[in-house]
Amino acid sequence: MKIHEYQAKALFRTFGVPVPDGGVAFSVQEAVDVAKGLGGYPVVVKAQIHAGGRGKGGGVKLAASEVEAEQYAGEILGMTLVTHQTGPQGRVVKRLLVEAGQKIAKEFYLSILVDRATAGIMIMASQEGGMDIEEVAARTPEKIIKVRINPLVGIQGYHLRQVGFELGLPKAALKEFSTLLKNLYTLFVKNDCSLLEINPLILTEDDRVMAIDAKLDIDSNALFRHKDLLELRDLDEEDPLEVEASKFNLNYINLDGNVGNIVNGAGLAMATMDIIKNAGAEPANFMDVGGGATAEMVENALSIILRDKKVKAVLINIFGGILRCDVFAEGIVSAAKKSGITIPVVVRMEGTNVERGKEILAQSGLNLINAMNLKDAAEKVAAAI
Amino acid sequence: MSIFVDKETRLLVQGITGKEGQFHTRQCIEYGTRVVAGVTPGKGGQKMDGVPVFNTVAEAVKGTGANASMIFVPPPFCADAIMEAADSGIDLIVVITEGIPVMDMVRVKNFLVTKTCRLIGPNCPGIITPGECKIGIMPGKIHMPGGPAGVVSRSGTLTYEVVDQLTKLGIGQTTCLGIGGDPIIGTNFIDVLEAFENDPDTRGIVMVGEIGGNAEEEAAAFIKAHVTKPVVGFIAGLTAPPGRRMGHAGAIISGGSGTGQAKIEAMEKNGIHVCKNLGILGEVCKSVF
Repeated sequence: MKIHEYQAKALFRTFGVPVPDGGVAFSVQEAVDVAKGLGGYPVVVKAQIHAGGRGKGGGVKLAASEVEAEQYAGEILGMTLVTHQTGPQGRVVKRLLVEAGQKIAKEFYLSILVDRATAGIMIMASQEGGMDIEEVAARTPEKIIKVRINPLVGIQGYHLRQVGFELGLPKAALKEFSTLLKNLYTLFVKNDCSLLEINPLILTEDDRVMAIDAKLDIDSNALFRHKDLLELRDLDEEDPLEVEASKFNLNYINLDGNVGNIVNGAGLAMATMDIIKNAGAEPANFMDVGGGATAEMVENALSIILRDKKVKAVLINIFGGILRCDVFAEGIVSAAKKSGITIPVVVRMEGTNVERGKEILAQSGLNLINAMNLKDAAEKVAAAI
Repeated sequence: MSIFVDKETRLLVQGITGKEGQFHTRQCIEYGTRVVAGVTPGKGGQKMDGVPVFNTVAEAVKGTGANASMIFVPPPFCADAIMEAADSGIDLIVVITEGIPVMDMVRVKNFLVTKTCRLIGPNCPGIITPGECKIGIMPGKIHMPGGPAGVVSRSGTLTYEVVDQLTKLGIGQTTCLGIGGDPIIGTNFIDVLEAFENDPDTRGIVMVGEIGGNAEEEAAAFIKAHVTKPVVGFIAGLTAPPGRRMGHAGAIISGGSGTGQAKIEAMEKNGIHVCKNLGILGEVCKSVF
């Protein structure tokens, strides 16, 4: 689960990680009020959306006065912000963060993540702050500092010193930096984060360290033990159909193509998208109803996909293992009747009781196209659009 | 021959009295697996279809000589269950549970470094040696005993699809296993490849990967250096958009790494027969093995 920068910074404050003074604003007036309360200019007006690259897209502005703060807040609030992470359709800005401008001496990059390869917690840092870190990693990997922490013992003093010294921080800032990093590590572990990224972390002209950016992703599987974090979810940042699907425990991702698809199991669902593309069409979504899906889940899935206006045909691919094909077939028939399908639906079923399942589909009187196998299914659905 | 499990395997089921646990335990027994014990704290002394239930894994091991465990315990308590199995002398731990917090698995994985047991999963369909032993939720009847193919995958139903194609073409399997779709898993591709290489009855290997992480790239390099048997590879998720988690917690392209294209390139470069169309994977195996 992603959260907003201002929410991440509030969490930073709780854990004793220095961030600029500031506050969230949902209107221009609120933005001006926050700016006035900061005790001086410049202030920074920042669009709050769940995507990076906001500065380049025009979503971050430095205001030298109250008049400018009001002007920028008016411009950014409600704008459709397009960045390399939002896709071409962009994202409408509904929240702003207004905070005190800082006197920056140097910018750094700092992140904490779970390292899959070593099953450790990894700290990554670089003197190349404020840049696209993936570019830095590709071009000059030696400029990235990596420190692996054994989660059973946690972060130690030498980890903190290693990062601090390698970042070339002045002696006066080292102690404060060590505290900051230690606190961030604690925050990361206690809140089941999957990624914590600060770009940039700054050294101020008076040798203080401070996070002027904050990105935080929380492990969705751990939200059962973080009810407080669950409240930070912003449904405006999510696709409405995806929100709907999540209510039914369906794994659904809306994509750009025109062939809707419903599959049981994530791996098979990805492979089904790929085979649709192989057959010359484009998948409109990823939809995994779960390896142990029920007829009801297939029904809910179909109703969501049929609401997606760009879908011109649907491929249902179910590998009925322990759950039987006849049960699935009944679910499909019931869903198709309720939703009133008007577009071609290709059904490919395999597994237990497949013959009985096919009979149910054939006798339903519905215009369902039966596929022999996966290859046949993809070709039939591509031909149907 | 087979890898990791055979007809001698003595299985206990952690979470045997839950809905999923009961259902799949019955399926495993029906297939012929020797299910010797179950564990549900507080239900010790009861029986589930004649299988004795114990309060702790240690008691169950002592009472029945179980050497493998299949875990259905819900995510909040699953890390605890895995460590209990490991500390009770279980040799093989197969975790079916999906949705364990990553931070829990990070700790478990580091804890297991000091143990000798093997962990398969979590978030996996399990492992089956056709005709001998099924530990997991896969449909038993799609499998065909006798080899020559060993099948390893990060997925569940995608593995069934692959196995089904093999069986329909008369290609039997020595052992099939899913290593799990989570970012942190126990047994990885390389562990399984090494075991298949050392199993005389396995004469060809099918490796089914997907986007996210770099396990396939590492496995490809291992194959070139250490595997003499033919390997057919498949990668799911070529059409997946970056930055989105595709159902499996581990299936995500992040910061340009973990793409399907990179995995396919690595596999091709290292002599793996990459099949790019799932519809014909069985046929590719038939021509290669």
